[in-house]
Amino acid sequence: MKSRFSLVPILLFFSLLAGAQDLASFEKRTTVKKLDNGLTIIICERPEAPVFSFFTLVDVGSAQDPMGKTGLAHMFEHMAFKGTDKIGSKNFAEEKAALAKVETDYSAFLAERDRTVGRDDQKLKDLEKAWKDSIADADRYVKPNEFSEIVERQGGEGMNASTSDDQTDYFYSFPSNRLELWAYMESERFQHPVMREFYKERNVVIEERRLRTDSNPIGKLVEQFITASFQAHPYHRPTIGWMSDLNSFSATDAQNFFNHYYIPANLVVAVVGDVKAAEAMPMVEKYFARLPARPRPDDRTTTEPPQGSERTVTLRQSAQPFYIEGYHRPDYRSADDAVYDAIADLMSNGRTSRLYRALVRDKKIAAASAGFSGFPGTKYPHLFAFYAVPLPGHTPAEMGAAIHAEIERVKKEDISDEELKMIKTRAKADLIRGLADNSGLATQLAIYQSRFGDWRELFRSVDKIDRVTKANIRRVANQTFQENNRTVGINENLKQAAAVPGGAQ
Amino acid sequence: MNTIRRIAFLAFALLTLVSLSPAQSTEWSKIPIPPLHAFQPQQPKRVEFPNGMVVFLQEDHELPLIDGSIRIRGGWRDEPAAKIGLVNLYGNTWRTGGVKSQTGDQMDDFLEARAAKLETGSLTDSTEISWSCLKPDFDDVFKLVVALLREPEFRQDKIDLALDEYADAISRRNDDPGQIAGREAAKLAYGAANPYARSAEYATIGAVTREDLLAWYKSYVHPNNMIVGVSGDFDPTAMEAKLRQAFASWQKGPGAKPPAIEFQPAKPGYYLVAKGDVNQSNIRMVELGTRRDNPDYYAIEVFNDAMGGGFSSRLIQDIRTKRGLAYSVGGSIGTSFDHPGVVRFSMGTKSQSTIESIQALFEDIDGLQKNPITDEEIARSKDTILNSFIFNFDSPDKVLAERMNYEFYGYPADFLEKYRTGIEKVTTADVARIAAKYLHRDQLAVLIVGNPAEFDKPLDSLGPVTRVDITIPPPPGGKPQEVPPPPQ
Repeated sequence: MKSRFSLVPILLFFSLLAGAQDLASFEKRTTVKKLDNGLTIIICERPEAPVFSFFTLVDVGSAQDPMGKTGLAHMFEHMAFKGTDKIGSKNFAEEKAALAKVETDYSAFLAERDRTVGRDDQKLKDLEKAWKDSIADADRYVKPNEFSEIVERQGGEGMNASTSDDQTDYFYSFPSNRLELWAYMESERFQHPVMREFYKERNVVIEERRLRTDSNPIGKLVEQFITASFQAHPYHRPTIGWMSDLNSFSATDAQNFFNHYYIPANLVVAVVGDVKAAEAMPMVEKYFARLPARPRPDDRTTTEPPQGSERTVTLRQSAQPFYIEGYHRPDYRSADDAVYDAIADLMSNGRTSRLYRALVRDKKIAAASAGFSGFPGTKYPHLFAFYAVPLPGHTPAEMGAAIHAEIERVKKEDISDEELKMIKTRAKADLIRGLADNSGLATQLAIYQSRFGDWRELFRSVDKIDRVTKANIRRVANQTFQENNRTVGINENLKQAAAVPGGAQ
Repeated sequence: MNTIRRIAFLAFALLTLVSLSPAQSTEWSKIPIPPLHAFQPQQPKRVEFPNGMVVFLQEDHELPLIDGSIRIRGGWRDEPAAKIGLVNLYGNTWRTGGVKSQTGDQMDDFLEARAAKLETGSLTDSTEISWSCLKPDFDDVFKLVVALLREPEFRQDKIDLALDEYADAISRRNDDPGQIAGREAAKLAYGAANPYARSAEYATIGAVTREDLLAWYKSYVHPNNMIVGVSGDFDPTAMEAKLRQAFASWQKGPGAKPPAIEFQPAKPGYYLVAKGDVNQSNIRMVELGTRRDNPDYYAIEVFNDAMGGGFSSRLIQDIRTKRGLAYSVGGSIGTSFDHPGVVRFSMGTKSQSTIESIQALFEDIDGLQKNPITDEEIARSKDTILNSFIFNFDSPDKVLAERMNYEFYGYPADFLEKYRTGIEKVTTADVARIAAKYLHRDQLAVLIVGNPAEFDKPLDSLGPVTRVDITIPPPPGGKPQEVPPPPQ
């Protein structure tokens, strides 16, 4: 009976979209060009104000970090702000020689430091001093932060970058009269990056690790949880890198990583804003065409085998308890990808979600609870994870039991008509809400272009959600949410555990 | 408007063509930067109803959405000290507690089925209702907005739920060192009991009742205490008529008066929160700042950019880039609209370089006297601020939000335009003067959240140290947090 009405809002949505923001209108405003070197440029015209945003997506992330050099993809991301041969140097010919000497000296220092037998401590000290002297010498040629200074001084807004397991992103916004300057700067940094001030920047990154992981109880738990969930696939390794790798890899390693992976074919550059594609594309192309085509690296990764056992990591810290669990699922190209999105929405979106209503509202055992896909990435098979924040007096074990009860409901009973309709309505509204913002739009276009070879998939993703059925949801839930496919991460409060009469077992 | 844009674009296109020769493109400074074409951001329409309610209407037809917000005077700073947390609970349960005709849960179902959002919240000086909905759902959603304004229920079950969540947040407030540093630094700058810095405790939230929330509603929710902003895909005349119909007959009530607030900054010196399970120290140096309506504001903005703003600032250049001591480092003379902001320097560094980092920050502060900020640094910071100025008003929503802010704090509507002129006029001498006026090395309270056993030198080698106790006071009368049984 109710399904008769469910069509109404959906049709309404399509008529709304047809007015202003449907795929056809984006087709008219969006131009894509794949250059001969393999790099893809997307320009989307949105002349609301004289500004534009860009998003450079490099299809390389920490999953490509070499063994023993975890954190290198993220380290290179930091180095991409250090300038080029033409930006950031007082005299590049001399600086180049000085940087080469830093590498020779570092290599000698490292060889002695890592000797397992017969290390000579005096020699090590001398080698360290020689390396540091070389650094001081090379620093004389540096114009520090010149690249960032140009962007900031020219009005760059929100300049930043991020590295995940799957990809590395660079982005900021500029007034629209700086389009050519941007095209020069952005292509330049990926044509001639220079690994200057590398070892000081490495210390900055190590501080970032201390900030996000070592000195943060949830950060520690998440690192242990992911490491336990993946044993074979590179998702096992933290994006920020293990401390000993951070203290070992070199500027040469970072340069090699760039040479190997930052090939034009791995780059999608999306520009959105007050830009006219007919004029802008030839100019942007001219700059990015300078990047030399290079062979595709072998970036095959080990496939995580079926888990086949339940795994649990328990951290005992002086922090309040926390619960997380994850189940392996296929990568984003799976035919069931939209079904996972629907499950995440059903379980987690807002105060009508299953987990909020069960754990927070009704059982009153958690301050928050949700389930989400895409952890720690989506490019490779990854986790569908659930978490809950126990209220004082409630344990992580209670969180697990309550989450499992909700998962069992999804496995055993069809979701309601209202819920299915709500999921589909929200997917469409979320798409619309994301379209009125240059930087958000640039991000989406670049991601869909990189992942599917076609930005239009952004709009088709809503159609895929629209085709999800109740039976799909039950089938996928039954396939995925199995004990032997589960890893659990628990944070136990050390003080409370110790205070229990008889002590923690 | 369209014609102007087209002509300006033509000029832009021509300049672009000129620059295409490859020989020039190797040097960034040779790349032409044509003038930015003229852009007049669309100002919202301002209407004041006879009952004192101020309404801003910002038409924007790009998407089929209608969004809005209502800001009501009175916030955390106005609540009694014995009931800290009252307004936070009020902001949480205003929406979840529902209205006379519907429970909050029924509202959830109704709104989520339409992918609409309607939320309430609280700030230091105000509470807020905000919504976002698809155009055809506006009338339905707006009815709920009006119901929240006129007949909220604050049902007890949602108050209990909010209290549980609040108690949980209190129990977790010492887990993250950055959170501890932010909270304790504010207490040092403003005074521990100051309304801008104080924390809710189990006892103060436990003292809040449903009657308190209703009393708060009765004291503050009057049309003359609120500013309404609506933006999106509507006809402004029709929207104004709808708002008039909904609100114009609402009687004026007593106006909210800003509270008299005293500031009692901590004595200068070193303050330590010892935390054994971290390998990084959070360092904060604070003292009382100033207000945004101060004529020195523009020079302060330029100083802040030059000292601790972007990558070219002194602190990033020295502490992060040159010394590699920190991932995050910054510093500024803080300004707020209607009360003093906080002068705050902050960084995180490994335990073993804590003392070195404090000294490095002091060197950079002292450096302001020995090597005052130069003409070149001032020019760079002014360029940075002025060239990115467009991003203050590059969307109708941003323009609306700015205007509502100025209205709320009684600032002139053209404050942003004045800001541009103000920045342009700042001189090197102004910056040197305000640095000396607002930043006092010997007035700073220095807070370290870290593991003193691993510091490079004892902290008291720098001066006397006050230990800050951050133990969470247990709920009154009751036992401390119930201890959970060991997990199975």
